[in-house]
Amino acid sequence: MVLVRALVILGILGAGWSTRAYAQEPSLVDLYKLVAAQGEQIKLLTQELDATKAKLASTDADVKITEERLVSTVEFVEQQSTGNADGANWWDRTRVGGYAEVHYNNIDAEDDSRNKKETDIHRYVLYVNHEYNDRVRFFSELEVEHGLVKDTADGSNSGEVEIEQAFIEVDLNGNHQAKAGLFLLPVGILNETHEPNTFYGVERNNVESIILPATWWENGAAVSGQYASGISWDFAVHSGLEMPTSGSSSYRIRSGRQKSSNASAEDLAFTGRLSFSGVPGLQLSGAYQHQTDMSQEAGDGVGEGRLLTAHAIYNQGGFQLRALWAQWEIDGDLIGQAGADDQSGWYVEPSYRFALPTSNLFTAMGVYSRFEDLQGYREQDQFEQWEVGMNLWPTDNVVFKIDYRDRSHQVSAAQGRDFKAIDLGVGLQF
Amino acid sequence: MQMRMIIGFITLCAALLCLPMAAAGAPAQADQVYINASTYVAERFAGEPPAQETLWPSSDLRTQLKNILGHAPSLRFKYWGAGGKTVWILDEIGKDRPITAGVTITDNRIEDVQVLVFRESRGWEVKYEFFTSQFANLWLDRDQQLSGKVDNITGATLSVKAMKRMAKAALLMHRATPQAQTTLADAR
Repeated sequence: MVLVRALVILGILGAGWSTRAYAQEPSLVDLYKLVAAQGEQIKLLTQELDATKAKLASTDADVKITEERLVSTVEFVEQQSTGNADGANWWDRTRVGGYAEVHYNNIDAEDDSRNKKETDIHRYVLYVNHEYNDRVRFFSELEVEHGLVKDTADGSNSGEVEIEQAFIEVDLNGNHQAKAGLFLLPVGILNETHEPNTFYGVERNNVESIILPATWWENGAAVSGQYASGISWDFAVHSGLEMPTSGSSSYRIRSGRQKSSNASAEDLAFTGRLSFSGVPGLQLSGAYQHQTDMSQEAGDGVGEGRLLTAHAIYNQGGFQLRALWAQWEIDGDLIGQAGADDQSGWYVEPSYRFALPTSNLFTAMGVYSRFEDLQGYREQDQFEQWEVGMNLWPTDNVVFKIDYRDRSHQVSAAQGRDFKAIDLGVGLQF
Repeated sequence: MQMRMIIGFITLCAALLCLPMAAAGAPAQADQVYINASTYVAERFAGEPPAQETLWPSSDLRTQLKNILGHAPSLRFKYWGAGGKTVWILDEIGKDRPITAGVTITDNRIEDVQVLVFRESRGWEVKYEFFTSQFANLWLDRDQQLSGKVDNITGATLSVKAMKRMAKAALLMHRATPQAQTTLADAR
């Protein structure tokens, strides 16, 4: 409307100017023609303006549709690329991962016949986890040890295929969970977290092998709780050890693991753990386990067993200190006479991890030393060991390791087993 | 002894299962969600949250985010901003599953970090204040690192790293929003 008015006023003014400019005044007919012509022009301009407005409205609608399509496309692409945390599809709720470690050991023993140069894929593990819904999930871990399992007439081969975890976990409420099936026992440092990139040393420490027989899993059920104070607890009822009472592995804790294979459930065991991690960088933990019969057989001179273990981990910047102690007390006349009723061990491990410049192939380097004192039952399980070494991480989930070990046995009959060793290793998880 | 322990175990499970119902008088909700996103945003803006906005990272910003996150960033990020403050709801995988965290940035510093949804099997410590309070007042230095140390938690290293990545990404993206410009204008 403003445009129309402006054109009319301009027309009238133009007509007035023309009147003054020319000597001969236009007739009324001329003026009528002029106004009529301008009216036609205004009509055309108005039609063009209406058409432009319509086109603009249509373009606005198109832009809105395109924007909606773009957002939908982005949402779809994001869902495909990152997985949907709350997805309805089973593959959105299923995760596959694993870890592996390959070792080279060069052992120079006091008794030359025990020298060894060996390379071994010690472990290859695949795990598959599935979340049924927000409260119910499944964890599993399948492991092949030493690279090869073959069917031999006498059953001799170094490899093993093992199911180390297969359990259902249910959230009871915000801070408490229950699980049932085959699970790792809540004891020590390495038993539940043992991916090679998470610890120092090509080989795991000996205390958490000989005294705490990691990796240690049992069939059973467990409950756990965690609180804002940083305190957490675990309690588990599970299958027990079946410790041999004769042969070369007699009274060896590690040989008592039934590995969940047709495991005797005559005499169950119970494990409880209390931990505190309410100060960043600090973890304090203690666990107690009660075995109702260490050999799963009544009247054989081996009875109840009690395991007590505690550990502390302290991080300050790149510095870390780990210390762990564990002790078994086992009842029974026969085991008492053999002197195997008290088995213990401890270790302390200071380390320092440096971040390396981003231009470097390796993102971090760590150096450590470890001292272990073992008091197992067998002569070869009573020793002290010093160890120093280095880890290099090209990325957080891959590690290259080198270390030097010096082991000294306490019993003179076992001193031929004393050794110095250099180990190399590569480990990864994904 | 054995029977007593088993009965005790079952009783303990039953008691724990009943806890949320007794407390709230209603069935427990999906319990990994500690605080939902809209509640977190409302809390950070004193009950008056601004409209949600979207940041479409430029090519340069995407490169920087990739360096921080270690993977290609999302095509766009939703956030809420007003008065020099932005709130970001981000997801990062620790070991297996995404951790959802709310990160609040004010004047290019971290005002608050909270875990909204935790889905990992380990590393529960990161959802509590004794851990998240370490992020308060940290900023992004020239090397795009946090200005102060955030101590690790043993056994939860991957969850801790995921939390650090989200904090750094939020600080970086804040700089690309009008709220960061508001802060600069106020400073002048």
